[in-house]
Amino acid sequence: MINNNSKTILDVRGLCANIDSTKILKGIDITVKSGEIHAIMGLNGSGKSTFAKVLAGHSAYEVTAGSVQLNEQDLLTLSPEERALAGIFLAFQYPIEIPGVANSQFLRLAYNTVQTQRGKEELDPLEFDDFVREKMKLLDMNPDFLDRSVNEGFSGGEKKRNEILQMALLEPQLSILDETDSGLDIDALKIVANGVNQITNKDNATIIVTHYQRLLDYIVPDYVHVMQAGRIVKTGGKELAHELETRGYDWISSDNTANAGATV
Amino acid sequence: MSVALQNLVNQPYKHGFVTDIESEVAPKGLSEETIRLISSKKNEPEWLLEFRLNAYKKWLTMSEPDWQNVHYPKIDFQAISYYAAPKPKKKLASMDEVDPELLRTFEKLGVPMHERAALAGVAVDVIFDSVSVATTYKEKLAEVGIIFCSISEAVQEHPELVKKYLGSVVPVGDNFFAALNSAVFTDGSFCFIPKGVKCPMDLSTYFRINTEGSGQFERTLVIAEEEATVCYLEGCTAPQFDTNQLHAAVVELVALDNADIKYSTVQNWYAGDENGVGGIYNFVTKRGLAKGVNSRISWTQVETGSAITWKYPSCILRGDNSVGEFYSVAVTNHLQQADTGTKMIHLGKNTRSTIVSKGISAGRSNSSYRGLVRISPTADGARNYSQCDSMLIGDQSGAHTFPYIQVRNNSAKVEHEASTSKIGEDQLFYFAQRGIDAEEAVSMIINGFCKDVFQQLPMEFAVEATKLLSFKLEGSVG
Repeated sequence: MINNNSKTILDVRGLCANIDSTKILKGIDITVKSGEIHAIMGLNGSGKSTFAKVLAGHSAYEVTAGSVQLNEQDLLTLSPEERALAGIFLAFQYPIEIPGVANSQFLRLAYNTVQTQRGKEELDPLEFDDFVREKMKLLDMNPDFLDRSVNEGFSGGEKKRNEILQMALLEPQLSILDETDSGLDIDALKIVANGVNQITNKDNATIIVTHYQRLLDYIVPDYVHVMQAGRIVKTGGKELAHELETRGYDWISSDNTANAGATV
Repeated sequence: MSVALQNLVNQPYKHGFVTDIESEVAPKGLSEETIRLISSKKNEPEWLLEFRLNAYKKWLTMSEPDWQNVHYPKIDFQAISYYAAPKPKKKLASMDEVDPELLRTFEKLGVPMHERAALAGVAVDVIFDSVSVATTYKEKLAEVGIIFCSISEAVQEHPELVKKYLGSVVPVGDNFFAALNSAVFTDGSFCFIPKGVKCPMDLSTYFRINTEGSGQFERTLVIAEEEATVCYLEGCTAPQFDTNQLHAAVVELVALDNADIKYSTVQNWYAGDENGVGGIYNFVTKRGLAKGVNSRISWTQVETGSAITWKYPSCILRGDNSVGEFYSVAVTNHLQQADTGTKMIHLGKNTRSTIVSKGISAGRSNSSYRGLVRISPTADGARNYSQCDSMLIGDQSGAHTFPYIQVRNNSAKVEHEASTSKIGEDQLFYFAQRGIDAEEAVSMIINGFCKDVFQQLPMEFAVEATKLLSFKLEGSVG
């Protein structure tokens, strides 16, 4: 929800980033306040997933210009784990599998690491088991998932649910969902969206990176940004997503270049 | 052999276990005289001298194998001294004199305090406690008729048993290094579990740690008679140092009807430095004979040390319904090389074997799995399941798998699964994004990877092995 009095969680100015000296991000500006949900849409290769990974600190990308502040703290000087502990959460498009490691073990380690950072008590395996089972209900997950190896043999939808379960456990300040809707059937999509809606509140913020509008039917964004060639070229309300659904992305580029006064 | 290599072979370990050079040392080189000297020094019976000489004659006709996927400078066997009287370790007066690096290692591994002192060679009273612990165990074992002693002692006290079984699983001329060992072995362990006895505790070489060091040509013989069971633990997770570079041990296991032998090894010999200088060459022949019906032989190994590891703990499944198992974790880092695996020879009917091998390569190291599954025409209904997984850390390490499968019986079922995975940037990023640092991430990934093997180890050993792996791979990522 938009509230002009809420505080700024994320402030990105002129962010540029390369991978292997190829420019991907070419000057991103975005401000996200608490309680807000932002959708970033765009075609494949527009740089939206890169933006998500750069925020989380993936080492394959080199930031060449610009600034990123999280709660008025310079994010770019922090390591990926420091960013996570500072409150950034990335729900991965392709979560990795960790054979032989029980999901419960991994979830508890992640949870306790964050708890320690926040100066709170760690949970022992029994306490954690009760706690995580409650959270799993949000996502209609079978408790069997706790005993299985992390993501191993999970279907696409199960993996995505496991990501959102982690979001629920870690209670981040800023969640970034990278193509969370890809590979989900409509039932799973509803469950995942419902889970996310229960986690979002007036104190945290969410960025949804997506290709399609359909997820936004269930998680209603306050802002929709359109990315193209490494820049945000258009920003609007939720209705922009519907417009993209019916008209595609082409009209924006002509619109945009026209706005920019360029001659084609 | 070059002077440099000669120095290398005889180089004292840099963390400083200075051995007393006053001890009796035979002239360098291997000859019939040397063998006669060893045998007479040890006051051995005539048949054992014959055993040694026979092995020596075979050895002379053999050449060093070169099929393994490891590389090292040629060893000059005439430059090695094959007999030295027990070498007293130089005792340090207190823990303060121990190399801080070594203490840090103990700390990391969680080695108990009294063991640290013993391992570091400190002369403190607590060490004697562990000797008395060993004595207590020995008495308890003797009550049920179990013989557990050094092989030298067994030769004197139980010659008929040693004569009957020595060389019965690994013949003197089996391979180049086994022949060498048979000719010159100086000591090792002997373990005999009589008919119907379930060994009341895990037997560990640690109990014998304060008897003389068994040196570079170790010989071990474990016999379980009908219905007997035993769990044998070899080695420890703490780093072990030796001034001898070449180690060529032989281990023989014999299981009679319904007997069960479980042999676990944690090997952490000095691996050389990060540039591959120094380190032990560990060339070992280990073989178990599941001689009786329904007998079982199970090998579990965690190989983390040595510059070169070259061993194939094997099972000959002769008894009908006998079972062979091999669970292995081999970790290599820096410039270490490991070529290890197993042989499962199915002779009896309805024999079953399981192979689970996990290879982890980091740094610029190379790890190979080499395994043979042979189903002979007599082995009706034989089954084998093999699983060989490799994990690479970084982009300069190598993993190789060489499975050999020979099936000569149509009723056999043989399955082989293999996989290769890699700990890369994306895996570590996933953990980092959940606030977990690289060291903890690698530890978790590796322990998950090795779970099937670790759960075969006795509980305490498994916990130590887990820490050991993290320690060995420290700094290899990120």
